[in-house]
Amino acid sequence: MSDGRDGGDAPTPGRVALVTGGNRGIGLAIARRLSRAGHRVAVTYRSERPADAEAYNLTCVRCDVTDPESVAAALATTTERLGAPEIVVCNAGLTRDGLVLRMSEEDFGAVIDANLTGSFRVAKQAVRAMVRGRWGRIVFISSVSGIGGQPGQANYSASKAGLIGLARSLAKEFASRNVTVNVIAPGAVGTDMLAALNEDQLDAIVSRVPLGRVGEADEIAAAVEFLASEDASYVTGIVLAVDGGLSMG
Amino acid sequence: MSDENFERFKQCAVKVLSVDEAAVVPEADFADDLDADSLDIVELVMALEEEFDVNVDEEELEGVATVAEAFELITSKL
Repeated sequence: MSDGRDGGDAPTPGRVALVTGGNRGIGLAIARRLSRAGHRVAVTYRSERPADAEAYNLTCVRCDVTDPESVAAALATTTERLGAPEIVVCNAGLTRDGLVLRMSEEDFGAVIDANLTGSFRVAKQAVRAMVRGRWGRIVFISSVSGIGGQPGQANYSASKAGLIGLARSLAKEFASRNVTVNVIAPGAVGTDMLAALNEDQLDAIVSRVPLGRVGEADEIAAAVEFLASEDASYVTGIVLAVDGGLSMG
Repeated sequence: MSDENFERFKQCAVKVLSVDEAAVVPEADFADDLDADSLDIVELVMALEEEFDVNVDEEELEGVATVAEAFELITSKL
């Protein structure tokens, strides 16, 4: 077992990766991708374990990102089973949509706490080992809503925009330790979260996508795989839109 | 200055800052003599917190520039 101090950028297939909210949707697609790429992958889930975790060799860890102690426990379990995560994908998130005039403070705060503060908790606790090991990749899953705003999603959009400032600050704080921090901003992707929209809302979104369709979760995962790879060693602090051109405006 | 505690402190500094043992003397300045940046100092303090089982608040670190000052801060909590 390496003590992590040798670091450097020598190709090391099989890093330890942790994907929060990796039990379904984009998170699960990311976990499968990273696993296929040869990484040892743990996924966190809040309520339900991923159905085919064994097929993709995913280690499942329960975690509530709104609870710092739960985050600490999940990291400890992952470290015990696989080693300290060198790749962390902060993906766990939720929506509580509603027009601002009807949005309670609680609905606003709960989404910020899970999506933005939750990502802070995970990144803060995980980066320590990356700093020690002098190698790390952190990827935050933001959203096109965080770039352009979205009616009915003021809380969600604010949380996703916040991830950009968080990521770029971390990118600057930890650049000297060879830890890169980047953001992916997915557009409309075929997941449960999108399925919650009605047909009119969905049509309205797709009509604005230059590529003329909804994206696949695996198309987001492909971008994460790159940012987590050795090949992305000179990429930090970027916001990579994977949205069929939606955020071009 | 307890010799045994200073030895533990020194080993932490050697490990975290990748410096020679001989460089970790009380009058050494972290920035000028040990080439440590602010993140190095935070890393060192985290290692010292573990080694000595103490907690250091963020504001207590202000003005800590030398090995003697850091050692004093840590051992004052024992």
